[in-house]
Amino acid sequence: MDARQIMTADEMRRAIVRVSHEIVERQAGTEGLVLIGIQRRGVPLATRIAAAIGEHEGVGLPVGALDITFYRDDLSLVAQQPIVKGTAIPVDLNDRTVVLVDDVLYTGRTIRAAMDALVDFGRPRAIRLAVLVDRGHRELPIRADHVGKNVPTSRDELVKVHFVETDGEDAVWIERREGAA
Amino acid sequence: MSGPGATAPAAPVGPSGPDAEAAWTQKHLLDVDVLSAAEIGLVMKTTDAMKEILARPITKVPALRGRNVTIIFYEASTRTRVSFEVAAKNLSADVVNIAASASSVSKGESLVDTIRTIEALGAHMIVMRHGTSGAPYLAAEVFSGSVLNGGDGWHAHPSQALLDLYTMRAHLGDLRGRKVVILGDVLHSRVARSNVWTLTAMGADLWICGPTPILRGFDAWAARWANGRGPNGHGGFTVTSDVDAALDGADVVMALRLQRERMDAGLLPSLREYAARFGLTRERLAAAKPDALVMHPGPMNEGVEIAADVAVLDRSVITEQVANGVAVRMALLYLLSGVHGGWHPEGGIGG
Repeated sequence: MDARQIMTADEMRRAIVRVSHEIVERQAGTEGLVLIGIQRRGVPLATRIAAAIGEHEGVGLPVGALDITFYRDDLSLVAQQPIVKGTAIPVDLNDRTVVLVDDVLYTGRTIRAAMDALVDFGRPRAIRLAVLVDRGHRELPIRADHVGKNVPTSRDELVKVHFVETDGEDAVWIERREGAA
Repeated sequence: MSGPGATAPAAPVGPSGPDAEAAWTQKHLLDVDVLSAAEIGLVMKTTDAMKEILARPITKVPALRGRNVTIIFYEASTRTRVSFEVAAKNLSADVVNIAASASSVSKGESLVDTIRTIEALGAHMIVMRHGTSGAPYLAAEVFSGSVLNGGDGWHAHPSQALLDLYTMRAHLGDLRGRKVVILGDVLHSRVARSNVWTLTAMGADLWICGPTPILRGFDAWAARWANGRGPNGHGGFTVTSDVDAALDGADVVMALRLQRERMDAGLLPSLREYAARFGLTRERLAAAKPDALVMHPGPMNEGVEIAADVAVLDRSVITEQVANGVAVRMALLYLLSGVHGGWHPEGGIGG
C-alpha cells in the first residue's frame, strides 16, 4: 500500500491559521461563536482553530466535542455498533453561531448526522462548516464554508489526517483503500 | 499551538475511565457470566455516553429508529420494566409492552409459541422477565433477534448487576480490593447471583452475608473461585452469617429485599427476628467505612432488611441506581442492536 503525503505540518498550520481568519471575517467578529469538533479528529482541529483565533483576536472561544454515532444513517447496516467517543457541548447553543469542524469532508453524511445532533441541543442562529480537507464525492447537498485544502481524489483512495494529539504527528496522507484494484 | 483562546473541550470521560476498548460480540444478554472484563468496560463506557444524552434538553437520539423492542414480563416489576421502556424510547425504538397476565399466556399459550408470535409481529429485540430460571435461554433458542434477560427466577438479573457496578464505579472508581457486602436474602436473589460475576470480574473483595439457611449454595459457589479469590487473581469471595464481620470496613453495603412471598418454606422464624439480626440499621452501618455507599435494588421492605432512615442517608445511592438503570439499559440495547446479519463493507459512513 503506497501512501503519499499531501500536507506537511507547516502546511496544516498555515491552513488552520487561514481558516481561523476566514471564520472571524465571515462572522465580522467572534460574538456568539462556538466551535464544535466532530469526534474524533474534528476535536483537535477545532481546538487548534480556537487557539489561532485566540492568538489574533485575543478571545477564548468555547470548544465542544460532538459524537455523531447515534445519528448515523447506517447504524442498521453495520454488523457491530461503533464505540461511542462522547459528546461535550459547553454552552447553550440557542442563538449562537456554531462552526462545525471536521478533518475530512467526503460524502457529507457525517455532517448531515452532526446537524441532526446539534439541533437536539437548541436552535443555533447559524451552523457553518469548516474542514481541513475537502476530497469531493458528495452524496448529499452539503458544502463547506471554510476549507483548508481541496484535494481531488478517487473513491478508491483514503484520506488520513493525523494530529499530534491523536496520531503522534501532524500530516495528511492519501493512500489506496485496501482491496481496491 | 497554544493561544489565549485554547479552551479544550472537557474530556467526555465518566466513571468508566478512558481505556475501555473492546468489540461487542454478544447477540443476547442472558447473564453477565459470559462477559469479559473488557466487555463490561465497554458497557460502562457506553453508559457514560448515555448519561450525557440524559443530561441534554432533548433526551432522545435516533440510534434505534425503526427497531421494535418488545417487552414481555411474566412477573411484576416497576423499575426494570419502565426503565427498559424509557431506555428504548430514548433511543427512538418502537416499544411494544406485553403484560403476560393480560395476554394469551393466560389462556395457556406456551413460552415458545408466545416468542414465535412476538417475532411474527415484528420484534427485533425482546426484553423478558420470567419466574422460571433459564426461561430467557429457551426464548433465545427460538427467537431470531436478541433477547435481554430482565430477570429470570433466582438465576440472573444482568442489567441490574451492570447498573449496580456502574453506580459503584461512579463513586469509587476502580473496585479492585474494595469491600462490597451483599446483605440479605441471597438465596432467592437473582440480583446477588449476577452481582457475584461482575464484582469478582472487577476484582472487588466480595462478601455475601445472610442467615445460614439462606446462604445455601453460596459456600459451594465461593469454593469454585480457588481460595476465595476472583478469577482474575485479585479480589475475594467470602460467605458468612456474621453481619458485624461482613460490615467491618465495608466500602459498599447492598441490602437485598427479603422475598416475603418466598419465605413460606420456614427458612426464617419471623420478619421481626430477621430485622433484628440482619436488618441494615444505622448502628450496624457504623462498622462500615464512614462514607460507605448504601445500595438496594428495590423494592424495599423498610424496617425489614433496611431501616427507613438508612435508605435516605446522604450516602444512600438507591435513587441513583434507578437513574443509572436507564442509562445502562440504553447502552445494552444499543450494543446488542448491532449484532445481527447485516454487514456494511466499509464499516462506516466515512466523511
